[in-house]
Parts: sequence; structure tokens; C-alpha cells
Amino acid sequence: MTRSRRLLMLLLAVLLLGGAGTAVVLRAAARAEQARQGDPVAVPGSVALDGGDRLVFVNGAPGPHRGAVVSVPGGEPRAERTASGLTCRRFHAAAGTGVCLSSAPGALAQDNRAVIVDSGLRPVRSFPLAGTPSRARVSPSGRFAAWTVFVSGESYSSAFFSTRTAIADTRTGALEPDLEKFSVTMDGRPYSAADVNFWGVTFSGDDDTFYATLATAGQTHLVKGSISRRSVTTLAKNVECPSLSPDETRIAYKKRVQRGASLWREHVLDLRTLREQPLAEKRSVDDQALWLDDRTLAYGIPADGAADTTDLWTVRADGSGEPRLLAPAASSPTRPVS
Amino acid sequence: MYLADRSAPAGAKGAGGGARRRRVVAPTVLALGSVSLVTDVSSEMVSAVLPLYLVAGLGLSPLGFGALDGVYNGVGALVQLAGGHLADRVRSHKLVAGLGYALSALCKPLLLLAHGLGPVALVLALDRTGKGLRTAPRDALISLAAPAGAQGRAFGVHRAMDTTGALLGPLAAFFVLSAAVGGYDAVFGVSACVAALGVVVLVLFVPSGRAAAARASGGRGQPHGPGLREAAALLRRPRIRRLAVCASLLGLSTVSDAFLYLLLQDRTGLGERWFPLLPLGTAAVFLLLAVPAGALADRIGRRAVFLAGHGLLLGAYGLLLWAPGWQGLPLLVVGLHGLFYAATDGVLPAAVAGAVPEGLRATGMALVGTGQALARFGCSLAFGAAWTVWGGGTALAAAAAGLCCCAAFAWYALRPDGRGRRPSAP
Repeated sequence: MTRSRRLLMLLLAVLLLGGAGTAVVLRAAARAEQARQGDPVAVPGSVALDGGDRLVFVNGAPGPHRGAVVSVPGGEPRAERTASGLTCRRFHAAAGTGVCLSSAPGALAQDNRAVIVDSGLRPVRSFPLAGTPSRARVSPSGRFAAWTVFVSGESYSSAFFSTRTAIADTRTGALEPDLEKFSVTMDGRPYSAADVNFWGVTFSGDDDTFYATLATAGQTHLVKGSISRRSVTTLAKNVECPSLSPDETRIAYKKRVQRGASLWREHVLDLRTLREQPLAEKRSVDDQALWLDDRTLAYGIPADGAADTTDLWTVRADGSGEPRLLAPAASSPTRPVS
Repeated sequence: MYLADRSAPAGAKGAGGGARRRRVVAPTVLALGSVSLVTDVSSEMVSAVLPLYLVAGLGLSPLGFGALDGVYNGVGALVQLAGGHLADRVRSHKLVAGLGYALSALCKPLLLLAHGLGPVALVLALDRTGKGLRTAPRDALISLAAPAGAQGRAFGVHRAMDTTGALLGPLAAFFVLSAAVGGYDAVFGVSACVAALGVVVLVLFVPSGRAAAARASGGRGQPHGPGLREAAALLRRPRIRRLAVCASLLGLSTVSDAFLYLLLQDRTGLGERWFPLLPLGTAAVFLLLAVPAGALADRIGRRAVFLAGHGLLLGAYGLLLWAPGWQGLPLLVVGLHGLFYAATDGVLPAAVAGAVPEGLRATGMALVGTGQALARFGCSLAFGAAWTVWGGGTALAAAAAGLCCCAAFAWYALRPDGRGRRPSAP
């Protein structure tokens, strides 16, 4: 083949592949702009964290408000969604304070941050994050916020992963950047290891006690911690993403069904008896569940057919009943006033 | 040609210098560099958004994602050995490299169909298989296209282009995501198109290695290339054996990038916002200095530059252990880390090229590359265990001591001798 002929073929390939690439991007962009028939409807409006009984979550429906924090009346979760201008990967709120983990393309790398917002969803403080947002929680009083990010190596060729969990004081801005610096007591003895990872903090109402998952040596543990004493103590094994009930007697969590497999069953643990109760949800739940009230849990389940969307489901916390769809195309549920 | 290059200053500008350089950097090397550049744009587009897609999009837990990582290293290293030998055996480096590039290109759209951890792991393993297949034949093609005295520069040019692609990939992904919010499928689609373009460039502009392979067999017209016996016999050659042993030993004491960045943040108190930029710093230094380091290796000897690179890495370890409260310490460590890559990543295959006959070039590249990759993987596991038991500082001190010993051994073992003097050794 002559040189000019090869250049011609290269040009042709560039045009063809460039056209295909552009078409793919344009199609995705059009989908991002347009809501589809039958999908939940979201209209722009003001979302307040102190405006009565509302269910607030991150909208997953295609359209211009995908990723926005939206609210619906507490009793009508399938009603038209009021969309705020705040876009988050994860969101949680309590007592008029919210934490929004956002992830936007930056100049050189993905720009991940944790933004503390007030009751009108206006940013109050912002903390840079070292990795991909995973879990977020605000303490019942609104004073503390915690988040977990997933820190990966340079690329997917490095045998390495780590989680990093931080707790921030939303009033003073003081930051505890890494729970791994807390002292760990395991089975009554001091424990230290480099492979310790924390994730999924849930707060008690006393503004000091918290629960979280600690993973080390291939095992996950439920830990109870104290912010002021900078320490944690293990309570039980095979507990991930704990969520403390409003009456603080039980913990909802996901339990790995089989070692090594990524299948979890949602359970509720009674903190007094340490007895565990599997819930009626038979599908694998990979979420930090939310207590809608002392009897009901809400959690995300991957939506059928859409790779990057979850639906919100709800189930009774005592193991009875059947799971019910709460809201399609939604994630990070929260009830700022209940 | 080699003498002309030697007399020209490293940064020669103007028409004369340009003409000389064109001769030194063969068109095939530039073509392979372009293929790698384009392919790296494609693969880094995916890796830039993959954690976000898996964790935030598919809702996989961090632990699940971590389990994926272990799969690739073993797959990549072992397939590299098979790919290298296969390329020599069928006497077409281009064919095997092309298959590798094509396999990785096919994996990009497959990611869209993979919704669980299992399928994602499978697709990524296939992607690594493609990468493993192509690495050794590609390096063999580079070495066969460049004159003996300019191997270091040829590999430097290739590595610089490769790293350019790695830096551009995330930018391309962010551009797509800003045009189409939440458009992971668009990122994967564009990545597939870019990867396909890489294969097209390879097919059109890289001559097949057949001519060289036929020349190597001495025109005896053997229907097949070397078999397993000839491949195994490579290890009986002292120079290639020493190179493989030294590369593996040094790999055993090379702390993985990820651990180094974690240590850096831990020991210098670097802010969270800078952490994701550390790999970019290393890549930028690598990109800028890969060509000069390769050219230097051609002039003063590859052993000196290769081991000096490890000396710089030792310097980085030392700085981290000492951890003085300097403002610029993270920059300095990242600079040394990038220099380490510039002085070693392309220089090692250049040295291997001088020690392996043409007919077994890809096998030889794979032998040393696999040894190094498996050793580095072993180092990651050992370093993680040491960190758990002793803590980060002590583990790093142990790695530094190991690196010191291995470098000293390599300095002795790789000394030029009468039988196997490297063509470029002064």
C-alpha cells in the first residue's frame, strides 16, 4: 500500500470513528437533557430541610434534574419532585443541616468534595475529598457530619484500594480527617494494623457516640466509637454499613451472605441482646439503609435495565411483610424532619 | 548513524538536528508510539471514571472493588509470557500485538453490558489479557526497528508518547462527562472508538516483524519460529539471565505507586485535595525526561542509567523516612519518582534488546517483563503485610534496605564483561 493511500484510509477511519464517538456523546447529552415518558417528573423549585414532613433524596430520573437533591411530601413519595439546584452523589440531612458529597470533572482530575449545607441547601463549608464518594451521614442534632470515600490507586492496574472516613464538626469546621487514627479495642484488647479500613458511620443523638464498620484481616466488624475520646470498640462481626434506629435500640446493616461473594442480606441487630433478624428483602442490598421511622427502613436497589440508577424500596424492620417500591430512580433517601 | 547521533547535542534543534533525529527515531517507533498514545487515551478514559461508575453508579462496595484488583496482576503477567512466545513462534509480532490491542478495544463496549461485580471483573480481566498479549511483541517491534546504538532513545520516545496518552485520557473522559452529564456509556463508547483507531494506526503504519524474523532464522525457511526449547534456552544465556534476575530482584524492592503515595501523604501531611494529583506529577516528570534519559543511556551505558534510576528511587525512600518539614518535600519525592520511571522503564527493554537474538526478541522481553511484574506484585503483598505488622515507616525502611542490597548486587552482576559487552557500553 502506498503512503498516500494509507493516510487516506487513516483519514477515513478518523472520520468514521470520530463520527461514531460524537454520535454516542450527543445521544447521551440529549438523554441527559430530556425527561422520558413515564419517568418520575421533577420541576425546579425550592427544597428546604426544615419545611415539615418531606422525603428528600437524590433524583436518578433522566433529564436536566438528574443528580439533583429533590423533595416530595412525606406521605406521597411518588408525587411530582421538587428539584433544588444542588447536585450530589450522596446526600443526608438532619435537623436542618445537610451533607452533600459531590463529584464533578475538574481541570486535572475528578474534583470530589463534601459540602455542608444549611436548611435552604446553601453551602456553608466545603471539604476536599481524596477519592470517590461512598457514604454520608449527619448526626441527629445536625452538629456532626461523616463521610466515607473510596481512595484508589493510580489506575485499575494497581493492587490497592482503601476507604477513608472523616467526621467534621459542622459548626466549627473542625475535621477529623481519618478514623484510622482512632484507637481500636478489639475483643477487649488494643488492636493496631495497617489494613484497618472504616466505612459507613451512623450517629447517636448524644453528639459523641457513633457506630461504623471496621474491616481488618478480611473480616468486618461493627464498632461503637466516641468522637471525644477518639476511640472505637468492636461489638459484632460481619456487619457493614450500620444505620442506628431513631430510638437507638437497633442497628440495620448489610450482612455478607457468603465470604468473597458480593451478596448482602439486610438485617437488623438488637443492640441489647445482639440478636440479629433477617428482613423480608430477599435481594442483595448494598446500601446504608435509612430508618423512615422506628418500624420501617428504606434502601436503594439497582434499577432494572439501567446500570447507574437505583430505585428506593422500603421494608418493615421486624422481618415481617414484603418489600415495597418507595420511589423509582432515586437514591440517598433522608427525612430531615420526622 | 550512531556516531552522528552521538556527536549531536541532546536537544539539537534546526533542520540538521531534525533530519538526524528522524533517522534515529525510526518511523515504526513513532507509529507504535502513536498506537500506544491513542490506546492509553482510551484505557485511561475508562480507569478515570471506573471507580465512580462502580461505586457511585453500580453501587458496588469498596471491598468488592478491591477484590477486583488482585485478578489483573496475575493475568497480565502470565499472558505477557504467552504473548511474547507466541509472537516469536508465529514470527509475526504485529499480528499478536494487533490481537492484543483489538481484544482490549472490544472490552470497552462490553463494560456497558456488565452490571455486576462478576461480569465487570471478567471484562477487566479480558482487557488485561489484551494488554498482556501486546506488551512483549510491541517492545520487540520497537527494538527491531531501532538501531542498536539508539535503543534507549527509541524506548524513551515510545514511553513518552505512551505517558502522554495516559495524561490525556482522564481529560477526554471529563470532557465527555461535562458534555453529557452522567454519560458513562458515552465515555465507554468514545473509549471504544479511540481504541479502534489505535488498532487502525497499528494495521496501517506498523510494518509486520516478519522480515526481521525471517532474517533471524537465517533464511533457512523454517516453517515455524522458535519453540519452547529455544525459549527455555534463553535463560541459559548469562546476560539475559542476569538481566531477568536483577530486574526481578529490583522489582521485589520497588514499592508500588499506590503505597508510595499513601506513605507520602501519611508522612508529609499532604492535603486531601493534592492526593489525586500525585500520579499526574509522576507521569509528567516521566513524560518530560523519558527521551533524554533514554538517549543518555545510549551514550553512557544502560546499566549506569538503570541503576541511577533506582538510586533516585532510594533517595525518594530516604526523604520519606527522614520526612523533614520542607514545604516542597512532596514535589521533590514525586519528581524523584518520575525520574526513576524515566531512567528505568524504557532503559530495561533497551538493555534486553541487546542481549537477545532477533528471533527470540519478544520471548526475551516477556521473560524479563513477567519476572519484573510478578516481583512487583510480590512486593506489594509483602509490603502490605509488613505495613500491617510493623507500620508504614518500618516497612519503608525495610524496602529501602532491600533496594540498596539489590542495586548493589545488580551493579556487580550487570558489569560489562568480555563475552557480552553491550553495544552502547563505552
